[in-house]
Amino acid sequence: MKNDRLITGNFAAAWAARLARVDYIPAYPITPQTEIIETLAKWVREGLMDARLVQVESEHSMLTAAGAASLTGARVFSATSSQGLLYGLEMLYNMSGWRAPMVLVNVSRALAAPITLAPDHNDVLAARDSGSVQLHAENAQEVVDLGLLAYRIAEDRRVRLPAIVNLDGFFLSFTREKVDIPEQAKVDEFLPEYKVADPFSATRPVSKGSSVMEGFAYSYFHYHIHEAAQRAREVLREASQDYESLFGRRYGPVEAFMLDDAEYVLVISNSFATLGKQAVVSLRKDGVPAGLLKLRMLRPFPVQEVASTLRGRKVVAVFDQNLSPGSGGILYPEVTSALYHLRDRPKSVLPVVGGLGGKDITKHEMMAVFERMRALGRNGETAPAPMYLMRDDEMARVNRMLSVARGVQPKK
Amino acid sequence: MTTATKFKTMKDLPRVDYLSPGNPLCAGCGGVLAVRLFHKVLGPHAIWVNAAGCMTVITTYPLSPLKSNWFYTAFASAPAGAQGVRDALDVLIAKGKVKPSEDMKVVVVTGDGAAYDIGLQSTSGAIQRNLDFYYLVYDNESYGNTGFQMSASTPFGSSTKTTPPTSRFPIGNESPKKDLFEIWRAHKPPYVATLSSAHVVDFLRKVEAGTTMKGPKLYLAMAGCPTGWGFGAEETIRVERLAVETGVWPLKEAVDGITKHTYVPRALKPVSEYLKTQERFAHLFELEQRNAPVAAIQESVNSYWRAVSAAEGVQVRLVE
Repeated sequence: MKNDRLITGNFAAAWAARLARVDYIPAYPITPQTEIIETLAKWVREGLMDARLVQVESEHSMLTAAGAASLTGARVFSATSSQGLLYGLEMLYNMSGWRAPMVLVNVSRALAAPITLAPDHNDVLAARDSGSVQLHAENAQEVVDLGLLAYRIAEDRRVRLPAIVNLDGFFLSFTREKVDIPEQAKVDEFLPEYKVADPFSATRPVSKGSSVMEGFAYSYFHYHIHEAAQRAREVLREASQDYESLFGRRYGPVEAFMLDDAEYVLVISNSFATLGKQAVVSLRKDGVPAGLLKLRMLRPFPVQEVASTLRGRKVVAVFDQNLSPGSGGILYPEVTSALYHLRDRPKSVLPVVGGLGGKDITKHEMMAVFERMRALGRNGETAPAPMYLMRDDEMARVNRMLSVARGVQPKK
Repeated sequence: MTTATKFKTMKDLPRVDYLSPGNPLCAGCGGVLAVRLFHKVLGPHAIWVNAAGCMTVITTYPLSPLKSNWFYTAFASAPAGAQGVRDALDVLIAKGKVKPSEDMKVVVVTGDGAAYDIGLQSTSGAIQRNLDFYYLVYDNESYGNTGFQMSASTPFGSSTKTTPPTSRFPIGNESPKKDLFEIWRAHKPPYVATLSSAHVVDFLRKVEAGTTMKGPKLYLAMAGCPTGWGFGAEETIRVERLAVETGVWPLKEAVDGITKHTYVPRALKPVSEYLKTQERFAHLFELEQRNAPVAAIQESVNSYWRAVSAAEGVQVRLVE
């Protein structure tokens, strides 16, 4: 039986926490995430959830409390965005070292300076190396589903790491979509009770977070975290099968869209994938063999799925909604390194950076990316210059702003 | 202080120790001694939540000298770690997922760098939320574990690695010690106290008083630091005792915000007697105008005790 509701991405994230029957929610407000903790606070106070929500004084404290509660045996949920994630970032590294599972929803928002509200992925990708599992949602249905899958992965004894579920601010956080909210009884069947390994105990005391003074011991523990993160792939596969049998929806680490005979493939994540799919559909109508590979799991990185779906394609473009100044898009080198060893790797892999600070991407721009891919296919260029998306009409508006900022009367 | 106490004389010091001998900290560390005394009163069912500092190396993998739980969090957020543990215990006990017999006293233990500087925000939050926890600061008046740099707790006139006395800056540290007791007290927690291991009965009674209360119980323990302050490892208690007798380290408590001194020296000893025991103040006595900074320290101590006399109606003979 379907339980369809028209809800925002943020509301869907709150539903994931509620259905997971979390015990504890340390919280701190930040736009555009705040609706999540507001919703949960209301549900807790109305008695709809048997959990404690504590509003603390910073994201750093929030994630400290989250990890501490997880090690004590509580199922923990929290949410943040942007500078909040970076303010608490130290604690994500600690949590993976403590092997303290939790689910943290990040509602992407570009980082200051300049301070802004709309999304890009520099925030969540700053947590890329923290030892957290990362699942990225395209739509509100994925938010609730990936939220529940994230608990199964994070709490699995083979993994025991924090998991981040990412959704884009504004485009998804505040957009209402039709969502099938899973039935509680089925979720209870899907998600067993959280059991912490060796919790803090009065009668069997333990030490956690002990210092390690020898490099070889530190290396050992970090290789261990790496192996645990690698195992998140197989746990997702298993959990996804269970999820499909209960709810009829299956989630792999990547999603192949119109890839069957595709020669020009756009690699993209999160909500802009919807725009990419739109462009692919329209190109297909014109007979262009376009396709799209959506990255859903970014940590562990789905190397095999990326390699097997992209091998033999003519041209690939990697759309990075982020920028590592001095290098370029962050996902580009990850995708290309997954392809390097293939004999039949695509000849050209085009780096595309776009959508920074929530810059809108028009269909025209998506089409321009495919246009460039087709040109590369024709001329066989192997090291294409990156595309940094910015439209003429947008640049004209920037120039007007620059004039105003300089105190110059803008030309009519 | 509560009148009903188990601790009347030194003979009442519990023999049982929950901190075993043998740990990687310095010989004569006042911080370790404070933890050891504190633990005797708390009993074994405890979790120590730690921030970066000297005490962090007390459990170095795979060893721990503690017979209780240990949890290193991060430099800035040990009180938030205590929040997570306390909340989880409350929630899980209420849900029947954890047995009430597994309940524990949650104790934050940090140095002054964490308490006065980088972790003050987290402490303020935990007190404001009325978290049921203990906070023991071992105050060695510096960033000790990194090699003795200035903290907000470093007293005026102290030499540190980041406030070395030079001809242009002859005094060393020119800032006064931050008054953390008053900052804590302004939050109106049920209990705030200062401790000295040289006054063991007073120490034990204050920890005992905290065990009868719910909410934040906050302790500032002087932690004489042989390596940083520059005195022999066997001198810690003597130095800490002089700090109390000269009036530099007042022993006091505030119950529900009302401050009372628990030990009032009848006549203060001159501060120079205390300062001269330590290398960190040696430069003050080598200055041409050496009387000026020492006199300033004496005057700040005098003015503190003048105020105490007026507020609590006690007699203290000052060093004029």
